[in-house]
Amino acid sequence: MVLPCNFESGTPFMYAIEAKNLRKSFGPVTAVDDVSISIQEGGIFGFLGPNGAGKTTAIRMMTGVLIPDAGSVHILGTDINKDPLTAKLKMGVIPENGTVYSDLTAEQNILITAKFYGMDRAKRKARAEEILARLGLTERRDDLVRTFSKGMRQRISIACAIVHSPPVLILDEPTTGLDVYSRRLVIDTVRHMNQEGSTVLLTTHNIEEANALCSTISIINRGRIVATASPEKLKKTFDTSRYVEVAFDQAVGQEMFAAPGITRAESWGDKWRVYTDEPDLAVKALASLAERDHLTFVSIATSNPTLEEAFVNLTAGE
Amino acid sequence: MDLNVFARSILVITEKNMRIYYFKGPVVVFGLLFPLIMFLTFFIGRNLDLVLFFPGFLGMMLFFTASSVGPLITPWEKREKTYERLVSLPVILESIIVGDLLAGAIFGIAITTIVFVVSAGLLHLPLVNAGLLAISFVLGSVTFAALGTLLASPTTDNPSNIMMLSSLIRLPLVFVSGIFIPLRQLGGWEWILTSLSPLTYLVDLFHAALNGDAVYPPWMDALVLLAVILVFIWGAKVIQKRNLVKGI
Repeated sequence: MVLPCNFESGTPFMYAIEAKNLRKSFGPVTAVDDVSISIQEGGIFGFLGPNGAGKTTAIRMMTGVLIPDAGSVHILGTDINKDPLTAKLKMGVIPENGTVYSDLTAEQNILITAKFYGMDRAKRKARAEEILARLGLTERRDDLVRTFSKGMRQRISIACAIVHSPPVLILDEPTTGLDVYSRRLVIDTVRHMNQEGSTVLLTTHNIEEANALCSTISIINRGRIVATASPEKLKKTFDTSRYVEVAFDQAVGQEMFAAPGITRAESWGDKWRVYTDEPDLAVKALASLAERDHLTFVSIATSNPTLEEAFVNLTAGE
Repeated sequence: MDLNVFARSILVITEKNMRIYYFKGPVVVFGLLFPLIMFLTFFIGRNLDLVLFFPGFLGMMLFFTASSVGPLITPWEKREKTYERLVSLPVILESIIVGDLLAGAIFGIAITTIVFVVSAGLLHLPLVNAGLLAISFVLGSVTFAALGTLLASPTTDNPSNIMMLSSLIRLPLVFVSGIFIPLRQLGGWEWILTSLSPLTYLVDLFHAALNGDAVYPPWMDALVLLAVILVFIWGAKVIQKRNLVKGI
């Protein structure tokens, strides 16, 4: 097997997840069209896209749940379609459309999942105790999962996914619909697993979550990847859409903002949003206009480019 | 493929099925109560020779018990949304099919063994060949557990649809398998129809093991059941693989 090499050091490495030219159609609809991603070990990779963009279909192919029409997926060098058992042993998965057994208790769910990974009895028990404590479920360990809230079920789901300390953790919309406490626990657990060495691939349509968690993000739209970069690089791609938000002590009209450096201005509640390519020039122009018309600034703030803007621009037309 | 991981996946799936599905309402109703009620309906008050008809009753019991667990598992898991999580664990399609089959077969063997031991003790039934009886138990339970797994394979997340389909297929089989009319008394098209049911060969094996009055040689009954097992498993695999391709 020929391994890729690190560009700077020249040392060979193995991708944690490598998907090549994945394609999947359902009848006339192409859900995933020629998607390729390569995720190096150790990072948190985000798959961001609007609803129906193809995120879940791509993840289902990467986890061996759905057989692709074309393309291949390797998990730490193992082809998931040729050797699914070996590939799946290296993964922990939270499927979007999957939950734990409601007829088993919290602990039974974790223990039976651990058995699939060949963990011995003592190790299973110790790990279950550790995870239940970490996820705040020790007191409910013997309760049937059917009595749990959605957030608690999702915590058990993540417990099952991490019970064997997988080198690769794949989570499909892990925080959707969760209360703040459960959401925070899930995010903390993802971070913790990453710090312990797991490579994480997660899908989300929560832009702030992706921004806060991920080292690299792929934006998928209509079944195709439209951009892959770090959150900061993606933001800078759309640096031109920066603005200054300003409020004066008196009402002003749009004509006031005809000044060098200001491309357009929009009324924004009791403020004005002034769009500019050069915030420095725009702020100076606004100061001189305020001086000229004897206006007092109530507030003034410049925006940084946001991932949301990058997302909206890249998925425009949805 | 790592055979240890494969074997482990089958055993864990079997254990999971035994814990969750053995005491579900449809399994108790269709696997335990149904054959008992049918037996009582046909035999009580009719002054029938119990020794002659007991192999048929035992066959019916094993048929219903072994085939009652399988149809429930996959539709139930799809409805509860646990199926996708199961598929993402270190399992393959064959692990799921064999794990479901084993859960049904163990259920069938356990219940039918209890029924046989109690009945044999109370009614002083004959036993010509204990080894053949044991083989019949295993072959019969695996055959009809495989039927249950095949019945569960069509796409649905509604267990009642599959239980209905299952009854639609299982009930007619009971009537054309030499349970209520001994095979020796059949002829013409009835004989042909009876020969098409796999249950016929299990009942015939029980006749050979208990009374020594089988119509076919036991090796032939066993071969037919083995062939039927392979066909049922192959059918389940083809349908479930198609479901995975379609994403349903």
